[in-house]
Amino acid sequence: MTHPFGFNYGGKTHYFVFDSESGSLHNVDYVTFLCVKNRLSIPFEGGEAEDFRALEKEEIDEINAELDQLASQGVLDSPCTVTQKKKRTGEIKALCLHICHDCNLRCRYCFADEGTYRTADKAHMPVEVGLRAVDFLIANSGKRKSLEIDFFGGEPLMNMTTVKAVVEYARSLEASTGKTFSFTMTTNCLLLNEENRKWLNDNMYNVVLSIDGRREIHNAVRKTPSGADAFDVILNNALEFRKIRGDKSYYVRGTFTAKNLDFCNDVLYLNDCGFDQISMEPVVTDLPDLQIKKEHLPVIFKEYEKLAAAYIDRRKNKDTWFNFFHFMYDLEGGPCVVKRLTGCGSGCEYLAVTPRGDIYPCHQFAERKPYKMGNVLQGVSYDRNVSDVFAGNIVTNKPDCTDCPAKYYCSGGCVANNLNFAGDMNKPYDISCAMMRKRFELSLAIAAIEACEG
Amino acid sequence: MKHINSIAVNGMKIGCGECQSSCQSACKTSCTVGNQSCKNRDEKVNTVKKPLL
Repeated sequence: MTHPFGFNYGGKTHYFVFDSESGSLHNVDYVTFLCVKNRLSIPFEGGEAEDFRALEKEEIDEINAELDQLASQGVLDSPCTVTQKKKRTGEIKALCLHICHDCNLRCRYCFADEGTYRTADKAHMPVEVGLRAVDFLIANSGKRKSLEIDFFGGEPLMNMTTVKAVVEYARSLEASTGKTFSFTMTTNCLLLNEENRKWLNDNMYNVVLSIDGRREIHNAVRKTPSGADAFDVILNNALEFRKIRGDKSYYVRGTFTAKNLDFCNDVLYLNDCGFDQISMEPVVTDLPDLQIKKEHLPVIFKEYEKLAAAYIDRRKNKDTWFNFFHFMYDLEGGPCVVKRLTGCGSGCEYLAVTPRGDIYPCHQFAERKPYKMGNVLQGVSYDRNVSDVFAGNIVTNKPDCTDCPAKYYCSGGCVANNLNFAGDMNKPYDISCAMMRKRFELSLAIAAIEACEG
Repeated sequence: MKHINSIAVNGMKIGCGECQSSCQSACKTSCTVGNQSCKNRDEKVNTVKKPLL
């Protein structure tokens, strides 16, 4: 799949061609960009058709000769050589522990129905379930040495007794099992007091701090159970954590909705606050006033372009440098093909455990009974048939992904989102796809500009 | 070449599982595998750093 695109930065449009099957990125001039579009029968836009017609035949021949040379080297128009049709199963490397199905915020867009996962009892995971989950992970990890446990919810800080017990127990087994554990937590920061900050900083490999950006944006959709605003407490706690975190891994992770399509301002606000590791995700919801709709996409694309330009500028100054999760692209050392095909690994190498010990393919499938795979209190076996279904959920099996330039970048999208919004786990959710492709283009352009212009 | 600068080629061309599971990194909703890095790869991709056309 050959994909031409442009990106305007610093008053000039830069043109690129990406060959997805070989993973090759080329910077081209405008006339070559036009010739590539013509070769691929991609419709011209604006004045491009007139510009192409004005080209001399000699120049077109010269450009086509250069393009043919790249094709002969296998770095343009290259054929698909990936034949794998099923993900590997049988080795689990990561568990998402639902430390509680309870929360101290009432975020309107929460996929987990305000943290309860549509359950009535707001259960907290007992220590016993947490410890048996560790046993389950070790027993099913095969030859994997690096294992991961994510503390999730609901709000995991509401049940620190189990969190601490799990960490202590897993650490106690590292020497005898030859496994090493990395722990992560996603928190809304409301209970991130001094004691919790210190403990998380000492024990977590990565901490995801959930803040949506500007005060009015955050408070509009994320109230406490009594309906109060909580932004000031949350931001203060997060900033205090940032102070002690040093260069260890963390992210401030926000959600933008139809209410703040100017989300670039939220990202830059978080950077202005002092955060340098930022993620801002488009909401996935069916709430009509918050949902991202097709008619929003042109505005969102412009906003991503605006963010990309500001991003390049800010990264030139050590005082304003920041990393944006969705603009990361490692030109020199990206993930291996297996990783690109495995994606998130849900149902195969990544599973979720609910407070009662029930096992599901991932946190998004928790409490959906048809997908239940077992229970950690009943031993270390689980339903491999569910794993087999998810193993077939691979980008090479998705017809909609065949001609997408980003297919080895997103790996076919979130299974749960595909199921919820496209009705089929193998059919990508088109709105998520459109935004992913845009971010992918910008990631490549940013990587190229930073590599070539410093 | 006059019209084309190849910045990085053959990025696609291990499965050791040592990298972080992508769903544990930041998003939990918008899977982005391709933005990760591999520390165990045998061969890095050379980037050619020329002024942009």
